[in-house]
Amino acid sequence: MNNNLIQYIYGIADNSLILGQRLGELCGHGPSLETDIAMTNISLDLFGQVRSYFQYAAKLIGGDATEDTIAFLRKEREYKNVLLVEQPNQDFAYSIARQFLFDVYHLLVLEELQNSKDETLSAIAKKSIKEVSYHTRFSSDWIRRLGDGTEESHNRIQTAINDLWIFTDELFHQTDADKAMVTEGIGVDVTLLKSNYFKKVNEILEEATLQIPTIEYFQKGGKQGIHSEHMGYLLAQMQYMQLAYPNMNW
Amino acid sequence: MKNWPLWEVFIRSKNGLEHRHCGSLHASDATMALENARDVYTRRMEGVSIWVVPSAQITASNPDDSAELFDPAKDKAYRHPTFYELPDELKHM
Repeated sequence: MNNNLIQYIYGIADNSLILGQRLGELCGHGPSLETDIAMTNISLDLFGQVRSYFQYAAKLIGGDATEDTIAFLRKEREYKNVLLVEQPNQDFAYSIARQFLFDVYHLLVLEELQNSKDETLSAIAKKSIKEVSYHTRFSSDWIRRLGDGTEESHNRIQTAINDLWIFTDELFHQTDADKAMVTEGIGVDVTLLKSNYFKKVNEILEEATLQIPTIEYFQKGGKQGIHSEHMGYLLAQMQYMQLAYPNMNW
Repeated sequence: MKNWPLWEVFIRSKNGLEHRHCGSLHASDATMALENARDVYTRRMEGVSIWVVPSAQITASNPDDSAELFDPAKDKAYRHPTFYELPDELKHM
């Protein structure tokens, strides 16, 4: 059993799992029927990707592990998602800002992951790229619309970008498992994506007439399993059914 | 978002077929209307092409005129091309 590979898969898949759960909270609560459906579509895309990653991880772990035990029965510190994706929805601007800051990163990672020596990860990446290209288009469009919209929408999206900016640096941190997988030609070296990421993000923020935040101190910890206070509440809701009714099926 | 205009959505289900009206939605402009149409109406592989048209641009017949517009066609069965034999290869007529 290659523990580094399993941890690496968690690092990638947990981002999609937790963001998918956050977007799922908007089901029936979106600002309009059209955006509600669009954001829950994205949520389902992400869960689809997660299933492929976790089915693979379950095979590597062996025994009784399944995609469901991995998704629902881990403890908080065993989830390796970045802090960005667990941040709450608050308002539409936050949901869009969080989505945008993640989508640009997600697409860059997948573009590299499709060259992975691991055939399964490469195949999942190739399939996911189409979906994530659309997510990026959707969230970038909304950043432009809100930024270059009314005074109210401009202020709200600027506030959301400012507040979430503190979580962007962590995207480019590497865990020991990440480093080991890069050495083996399986993982993506995220440190190399940083300049391209901020170039793309800043370009769209400028088009949206938004200020690029300038802060010096960033938050980190998610990749090590040290999460923000929001994570426990999210997991309580997400894991409720499996904990209350162990092994339940639809 | 209450002020977003209404758009009519037409989907072509596969190449070779015509676009068909499938519903309407709200969007602030044509680009958003296309994206919304993609999300609302093609989630289950319903289409390969989308048209969106501002609902305000559609000129509709007046229901009060139905009698004079449509009733006269009722007893003119000879206008149906049912008296021709169509080759089997011809689909979607």
